[in-house]
Amino acid sequence: MTSVVDKVRDGRQAVGARWRGAPRWVRWVTLAAVIAFFYALPNPGFYQYLGPIPTTGSNFTQVLFTVSIYVLLAVGLNIVVGFAGLLDLGYFGFFAVGAYTVAVLTSPTSDLKTLWPWLLAVPVAIGLTMVSGVMLGTPTLRLRGDYLAIVTLGFAEMIRIAAVSSEFLKGQRGFNQIPHPPGQYADGRPFFGVLDARPYYWLVLTLIILVVLGVRNLTNSRVGRAWVSIREDEDAAQLMGVPTFKFKLWAFAAGAAIAGLAGALFAGKQNFVNSQNFELLNSIIILAAVIFGGSGNIFGAIVGGGLVAYMIERFRGIELLGIELYEYRFLFFGGVLVLMMIFRPEGLIPNRRRAAEFKDRRKEVTVGE
Amino acid sequence: MDFDGLFSNFGELTTTGLTQGAIYALVALGYTLVYGVLRLINFAHSEVFIAGAFAALWTWNGFGLDQNSQVAGIGSILFYLLVAMLVAAIASAGTATVIERVAYRPLRKRNAPPLAFLITAIGASIVISEAFGIWTRRLPQGAPSLVSTKPLFSIFGVPIDAVQLLTIGAALVMMIALDLFINRSRVGRGIRAVAQDANTAALMGVNKDRIILMVFIAGGAMAGVAGLLYDVRIGTLTYSVGFLLGLKAFTAAVLGGIGNLRGALVGGLLLGVVENYASGLFGSQWKDAAAFAVLVVLLMFRPTGLLGESLGRARA
Repeated sequence: MTSVVDKVRDGRQAVGARWRGAPRWVRWVTLAAVIAFFYALPNPGFYQYLGPIPTTGSNFTQVLFTVSIYVLLAVGLNIVVGFAGLLDLGYFGFFAVGAYTVAVLTSPTSDLKTLWPWLLAVPVAIGLTMVSGVMLGTPTLRLRGDYLAIVTLGFAEMIRIAAVSSEFLKGQRGFNQIPHPPGQYADGRPFFGVLDARPYYWLVLTLIILVVLGVRNLTNSRVGRAWVSIREDEDAAQLMGVPTFKFKLWAFAAGAAIAGLAGALFAGKQNFVNSQNFELLNSIIILAAVIFGGSGNIFGAIVGGGLVAYMIERFRGIELLGIELYEYRFLFFGGVLVLMMIFRPEGLIPNRRRAAEFKDRRKEVTVGE
Repeated sequence: MDFDGLFSNFGELTTTGLTQGAIYALVALGYTLVYGVLRLINFAHSEVFIAGAFAALWTWNGFGLDQNSQVAGIGSILFYLLVAMLVAAIASAGTATVIERVAYRPLRKRNAPPLAFLITAIGASIVISEAFGIWTRRLPQGAPSLVSTKPLFSIFGVPIDAVQLLTIGAALVMMIALDLFINRSRVGRGIRAVAQDANTAALMGVNKDRIILMVFIAGGAMAGVAGLLYDVRIGTLTYSVGFLLGLKAFTAAVLGGIGNLRGALVGGLLLGVVENYASGLFGSQWKDAAAFAVLVVLLMFRPTGLLGESLGRARA
């Protein structure tokens, strides 16, 4: 048993080593091929040849859009949880703030009657989620990490309660006719229509690539090194002169901003936002995705977010022994969280330094164990 | 803001708040105990509570009682209550033990970082609550109305009924028992020692693993009783109520000073009352939001709570 696990682990490490050792142009070509594959994926002419990959219970293009939103969220949460080591359990709350900001500013059913175009509302949505992140972070980031977890959880729940019961946010009725993103084909048809989800997927995919590039640059900069030092040992980082509070707040705000962007995209695609879109368990799913993929590793977060969101949709409509698997999705992801933390806390595709941290801690002996 | 609504119902809001607060306080004890000893927020504690609530309900079902049954005679009512209380306490303590063994202990052996504990706790919590959800088909389950809600007597014009008396009374008795257990018994001394300094206590011959298990069992039993009281008070039980109640109980624990047993009582009662005043003032849909607002404001100004954090110190 152990030997099998070891073999798999060795094999995986060999893949990692080979990837890092490959010539630059090979890596670029592979990356380009992967990206091209994902751009081609939503075309029915392409995915019908992929066997069991397209989902059976729902429209595959719509599923791809959902998956891409989750990937974007996972990349954002990875900054908070993976790089800075802050546990944010209410990440979906920021997503809701983003979606509602767009809805309130653009929808004709909103009380404000501002009727902004979608594109104008997006930066406002991102800004507002950032501000809400800073507002939430300022009192809590000075405290121990576990308080932050509970307060973020409470924050997401408060957003949900406000969405359900405030007059201004319309509760169940929600906001209708949120405008789509701008742009049209040569013959005047809108590029972002109602029926076809592909353009939205392409838009999100492009934004994911941009966000990943930005996050990558950020993590390789002074900011990223400060985050990692905070994650590894906050006291030591503080002693070495890292302004820990400031950088924690930055991580929190950056994560929130990405969630706000995802929320704005969601509102623009769905053109309807109501209080039922923001169940609390969604925050947990994104967290599970980041942990599962490998927190602290952007590539891991992408794979984790993609796999988890995809598997949820793949379960839909499948029955095993007379049981609808979709019903069991949360049970399954709760179990994944526990098992991953016990057996492989560094995730599927770990960040090497983070994996080393876990290994290091394991060796430290405590009395009485 | 509806000040009239607040002042005209001030008495009722207070008694309802105290009753609700007593349940929060009982659940808060579990958070506080585990936190005091392990410095860990036992996120899965809400599911320990739910296990007790369902155990009590199913015990009554086992006796052939459903939501429509009426039980006459104080003797049989007391019998049903006591048996259900015992079963609920055992079920909750058992759930807490399983959580400790499966989710926390392997991590302690590996000396995992604190975040890892919180993540497994969330995972365990979801697994348990979903299991109950699937088992009950996500439908609310009705409890038999054992205790009548007719007013017995009134204080300052505020009617008091038997459910309120039972809830507050049972909660107080359990808390006094726990307080004595922690402060007077041999195991209690071990718990205080581990809370103060786990490694030194281990060197002095305290079995740390056993003490930790005892802490989970004690907290679990309290949550089980809280589960039974919840059934009696609310009358229906849905698999998902644990989450919100757990969050509020945690708020109550922080409010009183997490790790401080008497603080949990003060925090629970206070939170229950504040929450009800807020619902009188802003409307009942904002009741839950009020609890979180209290938590955030509290963490901003006095993160150690009203009575301060301590289990290991003399005060506990």
